[in-house]
Amino acid sequence: MTNPQSPALAPLLGVRDLVKHYSGERSWFGLGAPRAPIRAVDGVSFTIASGRTLGLVGESGSGKTTVGRTILRLQEPTSGKVTFDGNDVFALDAARLRALRRRMQIVFQDPYSSLNPRMTVAQTLREPLEIHRLNGAVAALLEEVGLDAAFAKRYPHELSGGQRQRVGIARALSVEPQFIVCDEPVSALDVSVQAQVLNLLADLQAKRRLTYLFIAHDLAVVRHIADDVAVMYLGKIVERAPAAEIYAQPRHPYTTSLLSAVPEPNPRATKQRIVLVGDMPSPAHPPSGCPFHPRCPHPLKSERCRTEIPPLREITPGHMAACHYAETPMAVSTP
Amino acid sequence: MSALLRVRDLKTYFVTEQGKGTARAVDEVSFDLYPGETLGIVGESGCGKTVTSLSILRLVPEPPGHVLPGSVIEFEGRNLLALSAPELRAVRGNQIAMIFQEPMTSLNPVFTVGDQIAEAAIIHQHLSRRAARARAIEMLRLVGIPDPEERVDDYPHQLSGGMRQRVMIAMALVCHPKVLIADEPTTALDVTIQAQILELLDRLQKELGMAVLLITHDLGVVAGHADRVVVMYAGRVVETATTNALFERPTHPYTEGLLAAVPRIDAPRARLHAIPGQVPAATDWPAGCRFHPRCPYAWDKCVAQEPPLIEIGAGDGEGHTARCWLVTEPERRQGKR
Repeated sequence: MTNPQSPALAPLLGVRDLVKHYSGERSWFGLGAPRAPIRAVDGVSFTIASGRTLGLVGESGSGKTTVGRTILRLQEPTSGKVTFDGNDVFALDAARLRALRRRMQIVFQDPYSSLNPRMTVAQTLREPLEIHRLNGAVAALLEEVGLDAAFAKRYPHELSGGQRQRVGIARALSVEPQFIVCDEPVSALDVSVQAQVLNLLADLQAKRRLTYLFIAHDLAVVRHIADDVAVMYLGKIVERAPAAEIYAQPRHPYTTSLLSAVPEPNPRATKQRIVLVGDMPSPAHPPSGCPFHPRCPHPLKSERCRTEIPPLREITPGHMAACHYAETPMAVSTP
Repeated sequence: MSALLRVRDLKTYFVTEQGKGTARAVDEVSFDLYPGETLGIVGESGCGKTVTSLSILRLVPEPPGHVLPGSVIEFEGRNLLALSAPELRAVRGNQIAMIFQEPMTSLNPVFTVGDQIAEAAIIHQHLSRRAARARAIEMLRLVGIPDPEERVDDYPHQLSGGMRQRVMIAMALVCHPKVLIADEPTTALDVTIQAQILELLDRLQKELGMAVLLITHDLGVVAGHADRVVVMYAGRVVETATTNALFERPTHPYTEGLLAAVPRIDAPRARLHAIPGQVPAATDWPAGCRFHPRCPYAWDKCVAQEPPLIEIGAGDGEGHTARCWLVTEPERRQGKR
């Protein structure tokens, strides 16, 4: 659990009021007035303690991927502060940022487009070592991610999706990072292979004491890897809690709806399904008040939800939710 | 009750480019689809489920693909594989319709959604343009699109992913087909939108009384929406059962492994069961049982001889079959796993 008060679990990563706005496109081929900015990330704060995993969950357009990339400064933030092991990430110059990046790595979603098709596996794994002037053995890395040393000579097109994702993980591990952003690392994989890769990530974490930010749209996948879970909606975190708690008693109606929408592999499941109406609104024109209010199924929904933005506040110790009615959460599905 | 759609010994092969041999993507697949039911075809990438669905409507590009002689796809007693092009067109999109995984690439970006929905009504039902437009609006309302009178003139890029999939469904259903083939209809959608689309399909099926062939990799989707299930692996049907029997008594080790590999929302954090290895290449299926290299129970018989689909026996509903020698030697299941 991320507990900033406990000195034993000092956060490795701290994110405070992170904001990333994309300026709106100009209409009329760039000559007209600019459109409203897209508020991809709109004031996100969290910490991750060393050796822990935070699952960052949300649907397309929630801003979860932008959070991951901004933390690594793969995209420049609009405002906010990110600290990594005491370093202010956004204040670093290029040389010091490069040094810090050795300790912070990323595994991308799509194992097909994130590997260079013209480089062999060995070249892919050696490149980061050369950049950071490190020594490391390709064979040992491959073994660590469960690939035979013979894969070193292969090109990405000769590999299956699961094998490519293992190479992507090996590349991230090559510089011996402390922290890895896993951006939907298993979404493109088949179920049986997905399980292999999730187990691998868990094993590597235990062995190397890694800290993960695990970004996913799939709440069931997150359940198997995360210590804490944060749920994003329209650029904001709407709920954050220890994993066991958020699955047992979600406090935000969006989390409740997401949980109820996951199809269960059990034909006799009798859970009541909450089917949300409508689509997620555009992050360029978020609704007034609570961003979730137009779709919210909460029975207590009121005028207040339309006008007043609910802050993310602590409902029970360690359990944060941004809902005016978080004290009377919607009923969870009955198994 | 006689089957609406009868598939027998379907073989669809592809000739690969560099002369690496023939990919036996679909290899002797048989199943029946009865009126009004939902039959799930489930399997992972490369198992042949999508090629099966494309073969039914003869949408497999030839070359490189071809459906082998001896394959039978019978719809209301007529073999679709023997129809002439005009005869086939009278069935396709009219009595058997299809929706695809990716609504953005399946819609034509330069026509309004109204034009695209109306097209089938004009072709198959000979409606006038005006009547077809009215039908398109009616279909948009049926699939739950707000303000259908206005949305009918929208282009696909003006709609969200969920709305586009609703438009795809409206297009498919405009002629009230007897069979709807839904190929991964919700895979590209977010989970809350997926729930909307699946609910919509269930409702429309009840209202219109059509049979649905639901092709998916997602066992959760199958559990909630199919009456019966066909599990495919390596171009073969490896298990068939009613949905309840499949989830309660999965018999083929592949089905069993797949079910165990699904992360559960209601399970505590734990290691997942993974199936070792990976799906072999379609040009080079293993000899004997095609699952034997990944199977925890395999013994020499599995390497030597491929099992047929074996009936599991009384007490397990009709038509529970598995392509596995364990059905005949169940004691070998003991002590493993």
